Amino acid sequence: MPGKSLLDKVWDAHTVRELPTGQTQLFIGLHLIHEVTSPQAFAMLREMGVAVRFPERTFATVDHIIPTHSQARPLADALAEEMMVALEENTRGAGIEFFGPGSGRQGVVHVIGPELGLTQPGSTIACGDSHTSTHGAFGAVAFGIGTSQVRDVLATQCLAMARPKTRRIEVTGKLSGGVYAKDVILAIIRRLGVKGGVGFAYEYAGPVLDSFSIEERLTVCNMSIEGGARCGYVNPDDATVEYLRGRPFSPQGDAFEPAASWWRGMASDADAHYDDRVSLDGNAIAPSVTWGITPGQSVAVDEALPRLAELPDDERGSAEEAYGYMGLTPGEPLAGTAVDVCFIGSCTNGRISDLREAARVARTGKVAPGVKALVVPGSEAVARQAEEEGLPEVFRSAGFEWREPGCSMCLAMNPDKLVGRELCASSSNRNFKGRQGSPTGRTLLMSPAMVAAAALRGGVTDVREVL
Amino acid sequence: MAARIQHVAGRACVLRGDDIDTDRIIPARFLRCVTFDGLGEHAFEDDREQAKGDHPLDDDRFMGARILVVGRNFGCGSSREHAPQSLMRRGFDAFVGGSFAEIFAGNCTALGLPCLVLSVPDLATVMDSIDAQPDQQVEVDVDARQVTCAAGRFDAQIPDGTREQLLEGSWNATSVLLDAGEAIENTARSLPYLRNFA
Repeated sequence: MPGKSLLDKVWDAHTVRELPTGQTQLFIGLHLIHEVTSPQAFAMLREMGVAVRFPERTFATVDHIIPTHSQARPLADALAEEMMVALEENTRGAGIEFFGPGSGRQGVVHVIGPELGLTQPGSTIACGDSHTSTHGAFGAVAFGIGTSQVRDVLATQCLAMARPKTRRIEVTGKLSGGVYAKDVILAIIRRLGVKGGVGFAYEYAGPVLDSFSIEERLTVCNMSIEGGARCGYVNPDDATVEYLRGRPFSPQGDAFEPAASWWRGMASDADAHYDDRVSLDGNAIAPSVTWGITPGQSVAVDEALPRLAELPDDERGSAEEAYGYMGLTPGEPLAGTAVDVCFIGSCTNGRISDLREAARVARTGKVAPGVKALVVPGSEAVARQAEEEGLPEVFRSAGFEWREPGCSMCLAMNPDKLVGRELCASSSNRNFKGRQGSPTGRTLLMSPAMVAAAALRGGVTDVREVL
Repeated sequence: MAARIQHVAGRACVLRGDDIDTDRIIPARFLRCVTFDGLGEHAFEDDREQAKGDHPLDDDRFMGARILVVGRNFGCGSSREHAPQSLMRRGFDAFVGGSFAEIFAGNCTALGLPCLVLSVPDLATVMDSIDAQPDQQVEVDVDARQVTCAAGRFDAQIPDGTREQLLEGSWNATSVLLDAGEAIENTARSLPYLRNFA
């Protein structure tokens, strides 16, 4: 008998029963909600006359719609205010804890779960947001779900789910300077494709992941969904345990050591079975930039854009559409392409380590004339930490705007939006058509340090030239 | 129990292209709402605007279609249920494609909308057939796992569990999950982290 993977152990521990459909009724240990995908779920519950079953296992924040200029109430956008009020009323009515603006704990849902110690190894986590895969960085099995499933979790604390297959992705070797977690996940998605992960849970492993901080692992797991995998995880280790020590919702006092011991025990066995294995050479990964309209369309910053003839048959149509939309030319380099907007933030790269790396670059110069550059901390706690370290001053004196926490320009549900065909260097996770709020706006995904370098030079820049 | 969904028959609309994400199906600005009402009119709004009337959803030949035929990895990206909700409210009751993103397919199941997957060559044949003869009847048979159009009958894939949920009318999972009763609390009690590791 082969050993068990973390996915198997977590799945087995949380199985309530097997359903007649062959799916599993899976208990969800932590449910995170926000203003966008939950109001309809609460409405459905009211219609059914069903109460929230485990209100103490659900936590709420506001992130997608919250403005980053001023969060004064009522919010300037009446629709946003309506969503905010609905969340306040729904959580109050159900007895769910809500981390609102000014609580010191508000922020992007995938930033606050980890920093509050809510996200723990060996647990199951669900949230009505596809980037819930982020929480896998702790060795949790975390799924993005739709609103009907939010209703299911509120009503029963369970989901009906089919067990995914497992793919172990090892990143070997060592990253060179100027290469970040963002570059690692972009390289993985480029290699396996945006649909390569459908039906799989990704287990990220190997020396590069082992040496990563928790924050770097969060960046990698965050974009599992961009590779088609609904969840991705890293096995818990010393770094995981140390990160959780002393967090507000971590086990306290005498409960911590038994917790740490259980967490470690949930890691994949050395002889675990995997349905697939893939290996990438970390030494060969370079600072990366997307050029297209899916996160799979990326190149190393010093590489030429692919010519259509070089691409596999089934990628050519999408590439042609991407070149048309982006206004980029196959065979040309991306470095030097002028950008209009630079955005540092989001659930992928809005954590303190991201801001520190971006500030390192920002210290070397000034934002280029005509470029709008904004830095948006992922949470109130990140903002507080950054202030303690003097980062807002570093950014402001270089010409960046320093904003309030929220999802900001990752997607266009708040006032931060691209205008017209503006080209944005962004540390977020999606370069889809229209993603940043203008139906014709364009996005280049890259690491926060690369975004900062693009801001200073006014165009796509190899961060290794700046550092 | 919800309605049993065994097959969907009607006219179809062909929407070509791979990796069509949920931001394109329903742009984020339309997510500023507390109900799903009215989302139907905004389906593919930006794509349609840019196509200047040349988008399949605006094509007179496809008016009244109940089945949307799409490429590979349809519905990738965001978990927003607003995407299938907007298409459902526009009149689509079933999807046929090269493949579907997982959360999108799960959201469709929760709404009783079958997503059937065809092989790449069969999908091309079906798309060409509907394009050539848009007023034909297309049938999506969940039970037999087949898609039938003027060009023939094609074997399609749908996961076993999803197929069962649609056929049995258990696709609205809440009542099924509630049936577990106390077993839910028993599982909760067995988890060390819900007992504070005591």
